[in-house]
Amino acid sequence: MTMAAADRPRGIGGAISDIFFARPQLLTLLLLMPPLLWIGIVYVGSLFALLLQSFYSLDDFSGLVVHQFTLATYQQLFEGSNVQIILRTVVMAALVTVVSAFIAFPIAYYAARYARGWMKALFYLAVMMPLWSSYLVKVYAWKLILAKEGVITWFANALHMGWLLDGVLGLPIVGGPSLSFSYIGTFLVFVYIWLPYMILPTQAALERVPANFIEASSDLGADPGQTFRTVIFPLALPGIVAGSIFTFSLTLGDYIIPQIVGNSRLMIGQAVYTLQGTAGNIPLAAAFTVVPMVIMAFYLWMAKRMGAFDVL
Amino acid sequence: MSPAVRFQNVSRRFGAIRAVDGVSLDIQPGEFFALLGPSGSGKTTCLRLIAGFEQPDEGHIEIFGETVEGVPPYRRNVNTVFQDYALFPHMTVGENVAYGLMIKGVGKAERETKARDALAMVKLAGYEGRRTAQLSGGQRQRVALARALVNGPKVLLLDEPLGALDLKLREQMQEELKSLQTSLGITFVFVTHDQGEALSMANRVAIFSEGKIVQVGTPADVYERPTSRFVADFVGSSNVLSPEVAASHGGSATWTSLRPERIEVVTTGAGVPTGYASARGKVSVVSYQGAVTRITVVTDKLPLVASVPATTPFNKGDEVTIAWPMAAMVSMGDAA
Repeated sequence: MTMAAADRPRGIGGAISDIFFARPQLLTLLLLMPPLLWIGIVYVGSLFALLLQSFYSLDDFSGLVVHQFTLATYQQLFEGSNVQIILRTVVMAALVTVVSAFIAFPIAYYAARYARGWMKALFYLAVMMPLWSSYLVKVYAWKLILAKEGVITWFANALHMGWLLDGVLGLPIVGGPSLSFSYIGTFLVFVYIWLPYMILPTQAALERVPANFIEASSDLGADPGQTFRTVIFPLALPGIVAGSIFTFSLTLGDYIIPQIVGNSRLMIGQAVYTLQGTAGNIPLAAAFTVVPMVIMAFYLWMAKRMGAFDVL
Repeated sequence: MSPAVRFQNVSRRFGAIRAVDGVSLDIQPGEFFALLGPSGSGKTTCLRLIAGFEQPDEGHIEIFGETVEGVPPYRRNVNTVFQDYALFPHMTVGENVAYGLMIKGVGKAERETKARDALAMVKLAGYEGRRTAQLSGGQRQRVALARALVNGPKVLLLDEPLGALDLKLREQMQEELKSLQTSLGITFVFVTHDQGEALSMANRVAIFSEGKIVQVGTPADVYERPTSRFVADFVGSSNVLSPEVAASHGGSATWTSLRPERIEVVTTGAGVPTGYASARGKVSVVSYQGAVTRITVVTDKLPLVASVPATTPFNKGDEVTIAWPMAAMVSMGDAA
């Protein structure tokens, strides 16, 4: 008896496997279909609908949306308080991003370079744990911490530093009646809430910088400061940029934090929330939503031009 | 003149492990010096002690007469070629080579000229603008070499420089490194676990075992006159004869090394030449290796490995007489 050179397919599973083996692109297509449909219709589709809405306008008299192409809604963005809202939000988002990057870097660096074993586990736990609890609970907790009757005021008084806190609150623009009713408060809560999103990508980027790059740089005469500027920082930059995309865009779009902690001046997210809700001005809400998207696109383009992604 | 590198009783511990254990060593200026040993024998730690990546727990290290304990790597006039090259991925080949000069504050035009010359020296002229990711393993190796040499180090350290290259490329690089070292006259210290590489490139070799140097000498010294069973076995291969066996063949009553290539097979009928020791036995293993055939002959005392010309075929079970010059039995003293 001669042996067959190839086995016959076994069962339906075997037959299907054979079909996919012969046509690998078919398998790729089948695997990609559900996510593509999801992204294509639900995501890009709704984004497109949003974009479309922003080119309509609201009839001031009837309060109805006029379904006619116009740039008037975008023009409104550049008027009076709307420009203020955009500027306020962008400045806040930029400050939150920069400060988060400064706080995140040493933490990420320690975790990537030095933490091993249980220290590393502890790091992940410490960074991730705040993400496990409800965002609202954390923001309200901060409101209590920052309130006039809160622990910060109490502590400042106990240290006889109440004058310092009052001084800070007395500053123009950023100050206010208490921390929980000031830009400082909003800023602190933003930094706290988004910090993990900056730490994790930065840490991942630093993790990929081999220790012997640092040795090589040192071997070639670079002191630790020079090594940081010429080797570590450029290689960590894509991670920092990735983190900054999170902190920046999350701050640009958030409407809960500034509503709970802060003065009553609106940010973009709040403006969108109010416009599409009570005001029913969907076109202007849509136009406001396009602003962060344009800003992010510009930011990424700048980052790419500056070579932030060259090592990827 | 003070030695290029001097170790005096240097120890480096990692926890309970003594990676380097009381090493004393002088490397002369202009030498091509190999640190040879199996992995974990302390040779790489010694290299890192010279580079400054490690500091000794005990002992004293000098580079050209200067004490270097506590001197960080960036203030030592030595440069390293790393095992996996450690080229910076965010810089071009030219920027990588010019890195050390840039750090020293050398002007852009001058450092570009020097980087170009250094690349030409390692036969990579015109590669300045390439990304390191576009290079083959052999080319990366050359860039790493140029990046180190462009700084004009007093000592060049090479950590398993040829380990990642394939055989042909490795042989070619061995010759190039050797001629580069001769023309530059810089002291080269290189770490390898490949005894062939150490013997063919180095002027002198230090053989490491378990954190200690077991023998230092020229390649011929360590190959022909091993002073311990470890060296006899690690450098090339060797038949190690116990004192009793050595004495029974007319050698001295000490542990003795007998290289396989010194053993000949005596053709049937011909007598054993004068000045030769001999033994009879049965061939138990035949291993064809191209130019030579290695046969294992089981004598009444012990199995002996012989390297014989491949021209005579042998079969398992053949009865043969083997003989070797008395001088081929090298006494290793009483060292274990």
